[in-house]
Amino acid sequence: MAITTDKTTAGTSAEEPQVAWRGFATGPWQDAIDVRDFIQRNYTAYDGDAAFLAPATERTTKVWTTLTEMFPQERANGVYDIDTHTPGTITSHAPGYISRDDEVIVGLQTDAPLKRAMIPNGGWRMVEGALKTYGYETDPEVAKIFTEYRKTHNQGVFDVYPPSVKAARHSHIITGLPDAYGRGRIIGDYRRVALYGIDALIAQKNVERAELMMEQPNEETLREREENAEQIRALGELKTMAASYGYDISGPATNAREAVQWLYFAYLAAVKEQNGAAMSLGRTSTFIDVYMERDLAEGTLTESQAQEIIDDFVIKLRIVRFLRTPEYDALFSGDPTWVTESIGGLGDDGRSLVTKSSFRYLNTLYNLGPAPEPNLTVLWSPALPLGFKEFCAQVSIDTSAIQYESDELLRSQCGDDAAIACCVSGMAVGKQMQFFGARVNLAKALLYAINGGRDEMSGKQIAPASTPVAGDVLDYADVRAKYDVLLDWLAGTYVEALNCIHWSHDKYAYERIEMALHDRVVLRTMACGIAGLSVAADSLAAIKYATVRAVRDESGLVVDYDVTGEFPTYGNDDDRADDIAVELVSAFMDKIRKHPTYRDAVHTQSVLTITSNVVYGKHTGNTPDGRRTGEPFAPGANPMNGRDTHGMVASALSVAKLPYEEAQDGISLTATVVPSGLGRTREEQVTNLVGVLDGYNVATGFHVNVNVLNRETLEDAMENPEKYPQLTIRVSGYAVNFVRLTREQQLDVLSRTFHGAL
Amino acid sequence: MSVLGERSACCEDGRATQMKALHLGEIGSVHSWDRTTDADGPGMRLVLRLSGCPLRCQYCSGPDAWLMRDGSMHTIDATMARIERDASVLLASGGGLTISGGEPLLQPAFTAAVLRGAKEIGLHTALDTSGYLGRRATDAMLDDTDLVLLDVKSGLPDIYHTVTGRDLAPTLEFARRLAERGMRVWARFVVVPGLTDAWDNVAAVGEHLAALENVERVEVLPFAQSGREVWHSLGTEYRLELTEEPDGGLLERVRTQLRASALTVV
Repeated sequence: MAITTDKTTAGTSAEEPQVAWRGFATGPWQDAIDVRDFIQRNYTAYDGDAAFLAPATERTTKVWTTLTEMFPQERANGVYDIDTHTPGTITSHAPGYISRDDEVIVGLQTDAPLKRAMIPNGGWRMVEGALKTYGYETDPEVAKIFTEYRKTHNQGVFDVYPPSVKAARHSHIITGLPDAYGRGRIIGDYRRVALYGIDALIAQKNVERAELMMEQPNEETLREREENAEQIRALGELKTMAASYGYDISGPATNAREAVQWLYFAYLAAVKEQNGAAMSLGRTSTFIDVYMERDLAEGTLTESQAQEIIDDFVIKLRIVRFLRTPEYDALFSGDPTWVTESIGGLGDDGRSLVTKSSFRYLNTLYNLGPAPEPNLTVLWSPALPLGFKEFCAQVSIDTSAIQYESDELLRSQCGDDAAIACCVSGMAVGKQMQFFGARVNLAKALLYAINGGRDEMSGKQIAPASTPVAGDVLDYADVRAKYDVLLDWLAGTYVEALNCIHWSHDKYAYERIEMALHDRVVLRTMACGIAGLSVAADSLAAIKYATVRAVRDESGLVVDYDVTGEFPTYGNDDDRADDIAVELVSAFMDKIRKHPTYRDAVHTQSVLTITSNVVYGKHTGNTPDGRRTGEPFAPGANPMNGRDTHGMVASALSVAKLPYEEAQDGISLTATVVPSGLGRTREEQVTNLVGVLDGYNVATGFHVNVNVLNRETLEDAMENPEKYPQLTIRVSGYAVNFVRLTREQQLDVLSRTFHGAL
Repeated sequence: MSVLGERSACCEDGRATQMKALHLGEIGSVHSWDRTTDADGPGMRLVLRLSGCPLRCQYCSGPDAWLMRDGSMHTIDATMARIERDASVLLASGGGLTISGGEPLLQPAFTAAVLRGAKEIGLHTALDTSGYLGRRATDAMLDDTDLVLLDVKSGLPDIYHTVTGRDLAPTLEFARRLAERGMRVWARFVVVPGLTDAWDNVAAVGEHLAALENVERVEVLPFAQSGREVWHSLGTEYRLELTEEPDGGLLERVRTQLRASALTVV
């Protein structure tokens, strides 16, 4: 189908596929949409080192400097500018440029750089709150549209939420739910636009449409028909948007620069109309490299030009902006967008998928300086070429800007054309999506179990009333049994909340362009999550191995714990504590699986907090592990700050024990090591970091953020932010500009364990 | 991990059995396990610290490992099971096992058994020692050792004695033996202001090491007050209570001085 596009809709300037695909190895990818097949037949693996890389061109530096001069104002005011009149859609805004004559890749979300658009389909209140926060007037007409005429996702969810979910949400045992903002974590296969052009994609969607018209017109079919119509409409709008920049993308891209431009237009369409929590890019570097290699061979591209295209593309990805509220910022601090790009990995045939462009993407961290976005994610395997592994380690040591995920685990679950959405969520590109579900607070749940379902801070009955623990000293078997019952309730309430959310999101804020870049049949996962794992595990270890006495207030509510004796803690490769964490992950996953999901999504869960570990901690009372009320949790699957006293490796090996098959939406570890802790010389530091990543991978560790930093640097940056505009640090599944974190978040980062040795 | 009976529960027969097992290397007195990457050999290291040491270094950061009887008794089988648990990760990282202390050569049979076991499963092995008990290291044990981390402590005999309470000569003798065998050695020297940092003492360290052809590198380590609390908890007089950790200038001076002896200093 792809090559027999409808001639009546094809743009006159569109190149025939035979021209666009000149020199490519033929295969099934020409007869159906199959980007993976195209890559596998055409890419050139690279197993050398970084010596070939080119520095930034003058033009790149000029464009980047223009932007960096705008950043201080944005940092000071929270936003640079907002368009308060025009809700963002694919075609809502006139073309925008940073420095028109210097840009190699064009396209902005609005008509000017850093100007944020309103995207109210997720919820009007979020838009209104943001405008108020930043001192902008609300346009009454827009307000009227989204309050009187057009229902939003946020309204839809609250129309179907049961009281139990509202109570659980209000008391912060279930938090961060995407019920007032876009869910995100859906990756369109943006590469398809470059490889096939819009017309071929529309033709394919029309074939799907014909199928749908022949199927039983039940509710499911009708919904799919409507979604299909929306997808086709969005593809048309994408073509119109590109045309406004002077590009006809109805046919396939004919060279490397066009391939990047086409791909970027597709991504841009998504971020113009979806304010998803995470708007990830996918896995593009090796795809783009096929075009780069062809142009280099044809003599139409130099290394410097190749790097310039990538640099300019990355500049665009660095300035994706959304309009968000301070409450949102408290959960996901530092204005992240999760433009996650997955790099490296191996193919099913064992060949490395590392290409020269994999290096070029990482090289942007040198050419443009460190930055949190795009969220560069290396899919790691010990079998990757040494030159690439060493370059990654070097980039980590120099920038602390990249994260690592196990390609071995990811490939086993999602195949070899998978990418990470957001922080740790793997999915087969264009074939799989997820219903993002934030997370429940496992530490608070334990306190509910002890208190018979009452909230330890408000005293309110939130979970169904049960028998609270009796007596003075907590008994492990008794508490564990009560916890089990409480978690049954929590899992049920949680899955119901997610079903409500995604039902409504599909209706009122459907991701038309992203889903247009998916197959018709997609695998959906219901991505549940847990927070506070280390607090819960350590608390149970305290009850089991030490003596924990309950301290009650006058109403009989247990509000504190008196701990005597020693107890093992999670994060020191001590099975006594680690086994408790492992068991909790598996037990909660089992409970989640018992509840049916919207659209029959497959149940998964993550052990990830993003930066919400601070907010969760704030809303959780004293815990039996000795943590005080309000104190932040550790991020993700991390051991509690300061309790992993046996070095980074022991800490990582504890985390690696958590079973990936019971947490297929990802397990996040954030580790910080001081540079001298990696080795005496730079070469040794690189070698050792490669060794640690290999070792962690073999131990079945899934994800690790690697920071190589001294505490003093961060302390100085808190005092003198102007000295550190680009200081980047990985927090939990993403990276931030350290100086853009709230003070509370900065202090949390400083309180984490800095391993003096691995 | 199996622990052979509590000491207090040991009858006289039990004690004799234990002494015999220790002598044969069937059991060992273990202080702790650790994992490092920065100093104890290449790559990720599993570090087995044994209890018991003949030296009494003033700057010791772990005086709780001085006495063999303070460690816990582990069988060689349990010890090897612990090492095997980590083997795949250590191999993947390009690392291996480091046996340290205390002084591992105080328990030569156990140390030899552990090194042998580690070699049998293909691990890189390192022996972290002061060399003072070098004569207890058999040739067979050294055959199973890929790298020796030799802590030279001091270059002049009198300072060596002041620092450790023992003589320098056995360490130098051991170092020469390692050189004759052509073994890889990473030497270490801890800079303690006012104790080991004298110009001629450092020069003597340089001379001793430069005379050996097998010293791949010398690690100059700053004295750290990290052991202070351990000293306090033991109630032992800690003579470096007021000693400052060396500053960057002093460390650089020492490094420069050692480099002048044509040594690779890190």
